[in-house]
Formats: sequence, C-alpha cells, structure tokens
Amino acid sequence: MEGKSKKISSSVILLASLAIGFVIWTIISLVPSIGSIIVGPAKVFEALISEYENGNLAKNISISLWRVFSGFSIGLITAIPVAFLMGWYTLVRQFVEPWIQFFRTIPPIALIPLVIVALGVGESAKTTVIFVASFLVMVVTIYQGVKGVDPVLINAARVLGASDRDIFFDVVVPASVPYILVGVRLGLGSALTTLVAAELTGASSGLGNMIMEASLYFRMDVVMLGIILIGVIGFILDKAVLYLEKRITSWQEMREQ
Amino acid sequence: MSANEQQIKIRVRGLNKSFNGRNGELVALKDVDLDVYTNEFICIVGPSGCGKTTLLNILAGLEKPTSGVAEMDGSEIKGPSAERGVVFQQYALFPWKTVIQNVEFGLKLKGMDKERRRQEAMKYVEMVGLKDFADAYPKELSGGMKQRVAIARAYAVNPEVLLMDEPFGALDAQTRAQLQEDLLKTWDKEKKTCFFITHDVDEAVLLAQRVVIMGARPGRIREIINIDVPYPRNQETKLQEDYIAYRNLIWSKVYKEYLEVAK
Ligand SMILES: Nc1ncnc2c1ncn2[C@@H]1O[C@H](COP(=O)(O)OP(=O)(O)OP(=O)(O)O)[C@@H](O)[C@H]1O
Ligand SMILES: [Mg+2]
Repeated sequence: MEGKSKKISSSVILLASLAIGFVIWTIISLVPSIGSIIVGPAKVFEALISEYENGNLAKNISISLWRVFSGFSIGLITAIPVAFLMGWYTLVRQFVEPWIQFFRTIPPIALIPLVIVALGVGESAKTTVIFVASFLVMVVTIYQGVKGVDPVLINAARVLGASDRDIFFDVVVPASVPYILVGVRLGLGSALTTLVAAELTGASSGLGNMIMEASLYFRMDVVMLGIILIGVIGFILDKAVLYLEKRITSWQEMREQ
Repeated sequence: MSANEQQIKIRVRGLNKSFNGRNGELVALKDVDLDVYTNEFICIVGPSGCGKTTLLNILAGLEKPTSGVAEMDGSEIKGPSAERGVVFQQYALFPWKTVIQNVEFGLKLKGMDKERRRQEAMKYVEMVGLKDFADAYPKELSGGMKQRVAIARAYAVNPEVLLMDEPFGALDAQTRAQLQEDLLKTWDKEKKTCFFITHDVDEAVLLAQRVVIMGARPGRIREIINIDVPYPRNQETKLQEDYIAYRNLIWSKVYKEYLEVAK
C-alpha cells in the first residue's frame, strides 16, 4: 500500500516538475530581449514538425545514433577483454594501466583535430573519437569490478574443486556483470557527449551539425530543438541500460539509491 | 574410542606460519602438531587472533605453511581439493546463483550431468530444510538460511573432511542451537571428519569428541581434551552433569588464554 501511494505521488511530482519547467521556459521566452535566443516551447514544437516533415530530423538522429552505437560497440567489445586481462594478469595490468591513466586525463574532444587530420572528416574519424572516449571509461569501470571480486568467493569455488578456468567463467565473470553494466551506462553517456562535440567541430550531418548550421542562420528554434533532442536521447539510453541492469542483476543485494 | 576412529585422517607436524605485517614478522602459528582422526568431530577454541583460521586455511590448501607439513591420508596438502569441504564464516554464497545452483556448483565442477546433479543437490537442500527456497537468491535468505545453504553446498560434493570456520558465529542463539542439532544429526547420518572452529565453549563441548585449546602470541596448541559424553547429543545434553563438568573445565582453561591475550 505504502509503496504504491509513494509511486503515485512521485509520478505526480514528476509531472508537476515538468509543468513548472515548461511554464518557466515559456515565461523566459516571453521576455523580449531573451525571447529571440531562448525561443518558447511552441516555436520549438513547430521546428520539430517542420524538421520532421522535410526529413532532416530522422536523418540526423539516425546518423548520430549510428555513430554513437558503432563507436560505443567497438569500445565495449575491446574494453571487456582488456579489463579482464588487466584484472587477471598482473603483468598486463602493469603494462596497460599507465597508458589508460594517461589518456584518461585528456578530454577526448582534444583528440578531434588530430583524428581529423589523420582520418579526415568522414565517419571513421567520428567513430574513432567516440570509441576512444567510451573505451577509456568502460575499461576502467570494468577493471574495478574484476579486481574487486570478493576473494572469499574465489576461495569458496577453489575448495569445491574449481580450476582457474572455472573460477574465471563461473565467479569472476558473473561477479563483474554489474560493473560491466555500470560501464555501459557511463560509456554510452560519454559516447553521446563526445559525439556532439565531434559533430559540432566537423560534420555535414548529425544532431551536432544540425545545431551548428542552425546557429549560423540564427535559427534558434532549431538550435533549441537539437539540444532538447540530445538530452532526450541521452535520458532514454540511460533509462534503457538501467532497466537492463535491474533485469540482469536482480540477484544483487539492494543498494541505497 | 573405537579402532576405526583412531585412524589418522589429517596429520600436522611442526607447522609454523608467519606473515609479514606492518610491524615486521608476525608468527601466526608456532610448532603446531595435531592429528585428526577419521570421522572424528574435533573443535578448535581459543582467543581471537590465535591462528585458528590460519590453521584451517592451511588444511584447506588455501594457504601454505612457512615450515612444517600438513598431510591428509599420508600425502601433503598442496592446494585446495574437493576432498576437503569448507564452510566459511561469511557464508560465501555466490549471490548470482540460486540456492539449488549454489549447492550443485561443486557437482557441476565434478562434471556430473545436469539432471543428476540437480537431483543430488536437491537431496542436500532438503536435508537442511530449504526445499521451498531452492530457487531463491541468497539475498532473499536470512543469515541462518544462508549458513544452511553453505553447509549443504559443502556436503553435496561429499568431501571426506569438512572444515568449518565459526559457521554459526553470526547467528542468534536460537538459530545457532537449531543448526548445531542439525549438524549433529547430519554427522551421525553421514559420518565425516569435522574440523570445527568456534569461539563458543558450550558449542565446542556439545559437538566435539575432542576439543583443542589454542593460545595466542604466538598461536599454538595448549591442550587437547577428550569429551567423553555419549552421542547422540542434543540441546538437552547441556543439562547433563558430565557435559557441565567438561564445559566448566574447558571454559576455565580458555579463560586463562583470554587473560593472556588481554595482558
Ligand atoms: N593474510 C594475513 N596477513 C597478515 N597477517 C595475517 C593474515 N592472516 C592472518 N594474519 C594474522 O595472523 C594472526 C592469526 O589470525 P587468524 O585469522 O588465524 O586468527 P583467528 O584465531 O582465526 O582469530 P578470530 O577468532 O578472530 O577469527 C592474527 O594476528 C592476524 O592478524
Ligand atoms: Mg578466524
């Protein structure tokens, strides 16, 4: 009973929060000097319709998403084995860790000029930057998980007769799944931010480019539309991974949120 | 004791174990000699830090002695083996496996096919009274239930020796009493060599045929006492005079060791 009423009230609060946000946004957009830059919800909605009708919207969104997923997927596919090797073999860790720590201090955006010179402004440049950004975040997170596997569980498996191989597949891998999912969440987030930065600097399509071009023509409605869409996409991706996390790792002890 | 019980299952000779701690070398075990007989129930008591867990880890093959040997059936213990099951103080259940999956894990490692190991594991889940929770995850269980699963998991691979490190330490008095009786019954049914660490003298005297009293700094064996109280035992045994006499005797000896440490 209590849980249910709590749920209702929390969704009521969410709606109220959204409504108030819209009201404030509308009020701000009505201020004459600001209104030309921060256009109101109605204008943004008109932009949404017109961009949708001329077909640019679907094209830009799908191109951006494609870039995010290709860079991110390559990042994930490489981060998992690298993280496991680092956690399992000290030698690999000692060899790889300094490089990862070093590259992590560099914002991926700073690599963009270099990558563009090396690979041009094509798709491979963007995929590369997104790959680097998401890989670094994910490898560190997943490595923490592999390293943090409770030694008592490893011992429990060993005294039941587990070989190193059994321990790896039956203990280390499942124990790391929650960290992989956290890594996926962080990796997707960083892929998305890096993507927009990459598209803002050099691209002929995508949401970042749409924002950039619109700002040149002072189409602030389209700029706002682009910004909001990026936010919505990020939000949906995050929720999707959270949902997966709940489904896959339901065995975990409840953590305080 | 019958002749059978006098067969030596585990033999420990001249065992020393030191750790390199922050304040230099720490001697956790010094010159430990011990024989554990086949199918014997032996309890280890002693103050905190006297090396009980260290000794168990060496017997389990999880740790190597600095010098001396630990043997099982005449051959040196070099690493962990399914012949020696361990029940850890912290349950150590795999949280991503259900109760039945935890219990059958050791059987899976032995290469038993799916159907058979499920059946076999179910037997032990029923034995510890958790049939209705076979498909529950450890997070859904109470401490006492988790410890039952840990015991079932250790039993399922049918080890010759069971090493238990304060398995009931974290439980309330009632659950503890219940599990003690269950353990006694199980040991009666499926005789195994049980090496059982506890802080609780009452528990040691109730369960054990022999009680090993350890002292600390450095960790060593002080005395081994035979408990000549007939089996089967249960909680009512605690009212018997012979039980009480043993308990008082051992308690006073252990108390002396505690005082040593407190000094
Ligand atoms: N891995 C380790 N590294 C360094 N010192 C250790 C290690 N393991 C145990 N020790 C030390 O060895 C001594 C014996 O530890 P052990 O855990 O065997 O004691 P115990 O008798 O099991 O104590 P308790 O009853 O509190 O569980 C302690 O002083 C402990 O600090
Ligand atoms: Mg201990």
